[in-house]
Amino acid sequence: MTIMIDTGNYIAAKAAVMAKPDVVPAYPITPQTTLVEGIANYVGTGEFKGEYICVESEHSAMCACIGASAAGSRTFTGTSSHGLLLMHEMLHWAALARLPVVMCNINRVVGPGWNIWTDENDSISQRDTGWIQFYCSSNQEIFDTVIQAFKLAEHKNVGLPVMISYNAFILSHTSMPVEIPEQQVVDDFLGKYVPQWKLDVDNPITFGNIIGPSDYYKVRRAMQDAQDNAKKLIPQIAKEWKQKSGFYHGDLLELYKCNDAEYILLAMGAIGAESKVAIDEMQKKGIKIGLARVRTFRPFPTEEILKLGKQADLIVIDRNISIGLEGALFTEVKAALYGKSDAKVHGFIAGLGGKDVPYTDVETICKKAIDGKAKEYEWYGLEEA
Amino acid sequence: MKKYDVVTTISYPKIGAMGKTGSWRVFKPIFDKAKCVKCLRCWIFCPEASIKREKDDTISIDYEYCKGCGICANECKVKAITMEREGEKK
Amino acid sequence: MCHFHFGAWEGTVMSSESLVEICLHGRGGQGAVTAANLLVAAALNDGNKGVQAFPFFGAERRGAPLRAFARISDSVIHLRSEVYTPDLVIVLDESIMDIVDVLKGLKNDGTVLINTRKKPDDFDFSKKFNVATVDATGIAIKHGILVGGMPVVNTPILGSVPRVLDRVTLPSIQGAIKNKWKGGLAEINVKATKDAYEEVEVNF
Repeated sequence: MTIMIDTGNYIAAKAAVMAKPDVVPAYPITPQTTLVEGIANYVGTGEFKGEYICVESEHSAMCACIGASAAGSRTFTGTSSHGLLLMHEMLHWAALARLPVVMCNINRVVGPGWNIWTDENDSISQRDTGWIQFYCSSNQEIFDTVIQAFKLAEHKNVGLPVMISYNAFILSHTSMPVEIPEQQVVDDFLGKYVPQWKLDVDNPITFGNIIGPSDYYKVRRAMQDAQDNAKKLIPQIAKEWKQKSGFYHGDLLELYKCNDAEYILLAMGAIGAESKVAIDEMQKKGIKIGLARVRTFRPFPTEEILKLGKQADLIVIDRNISIGLEGALFTEVKAALYGKSDAKVHGFIAGLGGKDVPYTDVETICKKAIDGKAKEYEWYGLEEA
Repeated sequence: MKKYDVVTTISYPKIGAMGKTGSWRVFKPIFDKAKCVKCLRCWIFCPEASIKREKDDTISIDYEYCKGCGICANECKVKAITMEREGEKK
Repeated sequence: MCHFHFGAWEGTVMSSESLVEICLHGRGGQGAVTAANLLVAAALNDGNKGVQAFPFFGAERRGAPLRAFARISDSVIHLRSEVYTPDLVIVLDESIMDIVDVLKGLKNDGTVLINTRKKPDDFDFSKKFNVATVDATGIAIKHGILVGGMPVVNTPILGSVPRVLDRVTLPSIQGAIKNKWKGGLAEINVKATKDAYEEVEVNF
């Protein structure tokens, strides 16, 4: 085991290379650039022995991932914001084709205006593509999740692509220490990739041929089953990773000081880490509040959130907005509780456009909800310049 | 042939998945070997793989599955394939 | 190397005493971000279990004033926000003080380390804050630490940090430099940090 102190992007590159993908097609975009730069560097040092393809767009990057994966290769790529949006068509394609592509997405604002800072609207708007979605809050979590993502995506009961999202700059460009296991540990954990199907000249098939309504219906259902299976497998795979490597990340939710909590804050990504400081501060003041950081947005941890809703009132912070309704996590949390819990749920929008959300803001948000001064749903910090 | 368990849109090769499509034919391609220059354009263009390439690079037509679309006759530059109405006896 | 564990999830957040927040002011191209990275790598080596280094989140342009940040703690750091109330401010380029309020948010007992030929008492705010000065530019020129003919001050000034912050040692800073660069380049940078360590002047 060694300790590597580096930015989220370089850590993701390290994890990806240690997973030994056969093919990495990628196109650079701020703030993902140093991720692919990192992988390119490992080509130079000889540590990455797979095929690195400089493609001409993100659409092409995902197409190349699909082609390579369909030919039976382990594939990895990374993107952000507009790059992810340009991939949109092919994201559906990869998931419907049941190809275990693993991709890092660095959560960046969607333009116009030109803004390279963080919010989650890029990946939230890919919610229904069939991809498994993780949201990370530390560089160690990025490392552990990328490694585990290959295992999950390639599992015979899953066979779906996995997207690992983390915040622009806040994680992508922040150096933190990360424990890196020996290569052998990763090799043993992941094993050899056995594709669930592949294009093979010795066993010819046609892929993506015309498919009638009844059969297509079954294909969609199989994807849903795969996501349900993933929900059970994510904690199991994490446990296995812990046994092999000694590190643990993690469950569908990360629960922080939720015992006896009368209020539970739900958030994703970096706000989920920052919020721990707010929870500590509030607990010092006698407020019974805990944190549930949502790690997987798809599959959505419905049962786990319902459990929280039976224990406490919930406060949700969204760094995204489904325009015309409300924050995406807020909607889904309420849906999880529907008819089964009478918990109050407050939703707040915060940090859009990369607006910093320090723990003091999180505290203010929680207190407002706890004191009954918040509307059911509101935008925090809008009045500030 | 290996079949995969995963439920997605994979089709496996099979002769005559839609039955004997030769019965769909209204016009029938007739091959005249004497005119054939062995260019194999008909073999390339046939969408139903109903033209068989022979050892001498001339062709034969599989009437069990030929739907009579006429593409081969259209592509043949030396008119070695002509279309005739089904049932017309010469 | 120290060991730290994220394993149990239920980590405790550092008390304010254990957390040191640092803000580095420089110009694009002067290596403030590299300095922040080297500083926290050294701090990790000195047994601080939580460290973090990050640039101001934005587009960097050569010559433009910019900030980089570092956090050093006894335990895992959960903070992901900007540094608003630094304990230590490091100014890589004195001229920046004319256009940027480098004292903004500095804690009452905070420290400012400035690359300058002036003495601490030459600065008005030395009555209020701890001030340390070092001629990092002169040291860089002396050791020939130049890029494109311009002196690079980011590594020399790090040598002064152990004199104003007890969480990091000079050997660790030198070790971090040796990890990043090889051979002669590492050597002149290490020598420069030693000079900066010895030559820094403080008012406290």
